[in-house]
Formats: sequence, C-alpha cells, structure tokens
Amino acid sequence: MALLEVRDLRVVFQRKGEVPFTAVDGVDFDVEPGQTVGLVGESGCGKSVTAMSIMGLLPKRGNKVTGSAKFEDTELLTLSDRQMRDRRGRDLAMVFQDPLSSLNPVIPIGLQVTEVLERHRDMSRRKAMVEAADLLDRVGIPDPRRRLDEYPHQLSGGMRQRALIAIALACQPRLLIADEPTTALDVTIQAQILALLAELVRDSGTALIMITHDLGVVAGLCDEVNVLYGGRVVERGGRHDLFQVPRHPYTYGLLQSIPRLDAPKGERLSPIRGSVQDNIPWTSGCAFAPRCPNATDTCVEVTPEMVPDGAGSVRGERLLRCHNPVAQEVPA
Amino acid sequence: MLRYTVRRLLQLVIVVGVLSLLLFAWLRSLPGGPVSALLGERATAASRARLTQELGLDQPIFVQYWKFLTRAASGDFGVSTGVQPGDTASEIFLQRFPATLELSFLAIVIAIAVGIPLGYLAARRRGGWLDNLSIVGSLVGVAVPVFFLAFVLKQVLAVDLGWFPTAGRQEGGLDATRVTGFFVLDGVLTQEWDAAWDAIRHLILPAIALSSIPFSVIFRITRAAVLDVLDEDFIRTAESKGLTTPVIRRRHVLRNAMLPVVTTIGLQTGALLAGAVLTEKVFAFPGIGQALALGFERRDYPVLLLLILCAAGVFVLINMLVDLSYALIDPRIRTAGGAR
Repeated sequence: MALLEVRDLRVVFQRKGEVPFTAVDGVDFDVEPGQTVGLVGESGCGKSVTAMSIMGLLPKRGNKVTGSAKFEDTELLTLSDRQMRDRRGRDLAMVFQDPLSSLNPVIPIGLQVTEVLERHRDMSRRKAMVEAADLLDRVGIPDPRRRLDEYPHQLSGGMRQRALIAIALACQPRLLIADEPTTALDVTIQAQILALLAELVRDSGTALIMITHDLGVVAGLCDEVNVLYGGRVVERGGRHDLFQVPRHPYTYGLLQSIPRLDAPKGERLSPIRGSVQDNIPWTSGCAFAPRCPNATDTCVEVTPEMVPDGAGSVRGERLLRCHNPVAQEVPA
Repeated sequence: MLRYTVRRLLQLVIVVGVLSLLLFAWLRSLPGGPVSALLGERATAASRARLTQELGLDQPIFVQYWKFLTRAASGDFGVSTGVQPGDTASEIFLQRFPATLELSFLAIVIAIAVGIPLGYLAARRRGGWLDNLSIVGSLVGVAVPVFFLAFVLKQVLAVDLGWFPTAGRQEGGLDATRVTGFFVLDGVLTQEWDAAWDAIRHLILPAIALSSIPFSVIFRITRAAVLDVLDEDFIRTAESKGLTTPVIRRRHVLRNAMLPVVTTIGLQTGALLAGAVLTEKVFAFPGIGQALALGFERRDYPVLLLLILCAAGVFVLINMLVDLSYALIDPRIRTAGGAR
C-alpha cells in the first residue's frame, strides 16, 4: 500500500476581487514507503503548491483545496488544524528553498532544532539539546555542540540547509518533502546536500518527495518522476525510462534545453517556446498545446487523459497525457 | 559591549555640549530679553543698563558662555529671572523634572501597553473589524492635536463627571512627605498610600492625552512589523514543524517584530517631551513643559538652558538605551559589534 496517495488534488486561489486562479488542476501520484519521487516542472506549474497543500500549510483563507491526499489511510485534507499540527514535523516534514530566510534569525540554532523535539517527542529541553547535537552531527555539521548556541547568520549556506534537514528529520518522519532544497546554494554545495539527502532517506527509510525544476537533481536522486505542467501531471515513469525515452513533448523539451558540454561548438540551445503564461486551462484541450511543436487540432479541442504508454514502458509502468507523443529518442 | 556603551556616552556629552553652545547663542538672539521682560517697556535707560550689567548681559557673548560653562561645571546653572525669580535653575529643575518624567513615563507605558497588543491583534486579523477600527482610531490619535484631546478629556471626565482632578499634581490638603520628587514613588516609599493614589489620579488624564500620538505610532509600526514577519519564510518553517500557535507567536513572530517597534519607542520619547509642554499647560501640571512656556515668555535664560539641555540629554540617553537593546533582541547586531 502506498504511503501517500494523492488523487485529483486541486488548489484554487480565490482572493477577494480577483478572478479565481487554478494553481493545481487535478494532480494524482503515489509515494511508496522509502521511495524517492520527483515532482518536476518549471516555475508556476504547481509543484510547490501541491506540496504546501499536502502539508496543510496553505492559508485557509483564499485557498480552496479539493481532492484527496491520503497518508497511511488518513485523509490529510480534512484533518482539523490541530490534528494536522500534531502530524506536521512528526509524520511528515518539509525542507524549503532558501535556508537563510527559512531559519529564524533571532533564535539560536539549538532551540530551532529542539523545539520540534519538545513538541512531538515529549523531550525536556536538556535532553532535546543532546539529541539536537547528535542530529547536527548526523547531517555533517562539524562541532555541533558549539553550533547549538550560534545563530543562522553565523552558519554558511550549506550548513544552514543541513540544519534545516536535521530539523525536518528530527522526529524520524515517514515522508519528507524537499522543495527545491538546493536552488539557493552554490553548485558544489548542491551536490553535497543532494548526497546527504539521498544517504539520510536511504538509511532511515524515509520517503522523499523531491520538488525541482532541475532534471539533473532528478536524474541523480529519484526512483520515479512526475512531470507537471499547468497544474497537472503530464508524464510519469521511472527515471531511466523517462530520461532515455521522453515521450511527452514537454519532457522532451526540458531535456533538450539542458546545455551539453559535448554539443558541437556554436550549436544553439533549443528552449521551449513561450512561457508558462501561455497556459490554457485543462478544461478544453491540452494546456501545453500553444507551446507544443507536435500540436494538432485535436490537441486544442480534446483534453488528453492520463493513460498507460506502451512505447515508453521499458523497465516499468509509464503513464502519459498526450495525443501526439515524441517518437524519437534523445540523441545520446 | 562596554566599549560601545562608553563611546555612546561620549557622544552624549558631545551632543549636549554642542547643543548648549547653539542654545546659548540662539536664546540671546531672540527679540526682547530678560531685561525688558522684567522691567517692562517704560523702564528708564539707566535702570535697564543697571539690570543688564547685574545679569552680566553686557559682556561679549563668548565671555558669558565661558562663565556659564565654568559655573555649570560646579553645578551652578544660574538664577531664574522669570519663572520663579530668585530660585536657582537647579532648584526649579529638581522640582519640575520629576513631574514631567513621571507623566511621560506613564504616557509611554500606556502607549506601549495598548499599542503593541492591539497592533499584534490587528495584524492577526487583517481586514477584520478590530483591524479597521484600530486603524481609524490610530489615525484620529495622530491627527487630533494633543492640547485639544487634553481639553476634551479634562472637560468631560474631570469637570463634568468629576471622576478625576482637574489640575496639578497633588491635592493641597494631603501634606505628603517628599523624598525623590516623584510623587507616586514618594507615596509608595513613605507608605502614604492615599498620597500615591492621589498622585496617580492626577496623572491619568494628562498621561492619556500625552500618550495619544506615541500610542498611534507604536500601534501602526507593530501592526506593519507583525504583518511583515507573518509573511517570512521562517514562520512557514515553524508551521511545518507543527508547533502550536502560541509558541509560534511568542517565539517566532513577536520577537522578530519588536526591532522596529523598539526603535519607534525611542524616537517617540522626543514627541513625548514636545507634547508635555501642551498637556501640562492644559492641566496646570507643574512640570518642565509649563516652566518652558513661562520661561520663553519671560526670557528666563538660565532656566530655559538647563531644562532644554536636560530634555535633550534624556532623549539621547533613551535612544542610546534603544540601540543597546537591539543587541539583546537581534543577535546579528551583537556579533557585528563583537567582531570589532
């Protein structure tokens, strides 16, 4: 049985005096225990909003969340604020993008780790401090005892993200959601943080949802990948299948727009035309159609369904939402 | 921290020193002067010349300033010519300064005690009735002149309803013992509770009038600061840890919102001293505000000089305390100072 089962998740922003905006338009995906699942897409495709709604972190006011997100048979979307608070940080935890702004600047690191232990594991401050030092040690922060008394501005960017990971994993959650955890970091640090995350979830058996726009991150980390476009999953598959045989023109476009060192000199990058604003709602036709090189009249008129894709299923099951998938393989 | 404090204290001395020079020159450049104020317009040239010489005003201004400085160094700030002729400026200061401090202190306490919680609540319920009501209230608080508010309060609550005394610091018949010059404190120290209570009753209305502007500003800054902090990423992190709302408020929201508020409180003490002049006039409250008003009317140089310098000193001192308190609130400032 899946650890997390997301079905037909929809999030509509309804602000006073504004046209309602659908940020997430029927997302389905599963996360098995211990599995690492990628949510990939460009800015504005709804990946962060999906995560926030699963965590119950979207403000109640102005946001309508429908559908289902079942965590071990508990429907998260209908839990009360109090019940959700009891689970957040204990059963499911989250790591955010910008480590500096995600830590409270006026509170020592130690307290920021211990407060979650005190909250969910009934620890005394003293005991929690010992545990916190141990946690910081485990995420590779040198001299953890001294760090406990330091403030976020005294740590480097990579150390801050390590501290946030320690906080998230403090209560041994079964699901960790990482929302672009390396975007704000230097490239060398990015690799370290990704390696750390991979190691920690493997050792602890924590399932990980990796949210990113960086296909490199996905390639190195994820068992299964969901490609999001316009608030819906357009393609799903194991990472090997997806990278070797991208079937959705959007996935193909994403892979094509990665710069390659072995490309002939002077060859131009091939970006995806347009931007995500060219989005049309999924109500009539495919949202990607305006930007899609393969688009036909059918694409504009008939909304594609998510169906198993035989041609793409090399090693495992593959799902695709496209009328005219890409036939060729990515040139090696 | 110690070096910083010493440096700031030196700054205080320099500020007050420079200000004394400017004030000295400025007061003497005002039209009229103590001689005309004392003798009136019809005095003979001879009597004017005699008084001018007696007060030492016939000497060059830098000689006068030098004399002021040397005497001030030994605690002699001269004799009042207009406010309470014959008393020394220091005596007047000792009588009146505690009164104004007492009044200002109560006013700022009211402003903080109401402004911060209300600002916090308004921000939590942005757009709600409490928010809208308090925004309008704070707008009125800033817009209505202090003396007008003082007048209305006095007329309605003191004169018409008789709930509060109309003027002064203490009922004459009480015969309270004086220790420090702070009447409330004196009452507590000597355990003359009726005197302490009477002094508080005299303070309430002027303090409310005086607190209107600081309250409004503190309320607005608190509200804005809390709204800013609620949008911060680290609040989202705190929420993602499943912390309870009271912990998030206390530990994460309020502490971060306090920095701009503390700054404002420091700056508002300046407005407080300015407002005190008007409020004291309305309530015939014998503080420095009243003495300043009278001092200007009668061109009482020694009293004006001492009172204004002390007010400036208090302002600088309080803002110094505010700067020091930053370090307590924000560790980023602490390390920046410690690194040097």
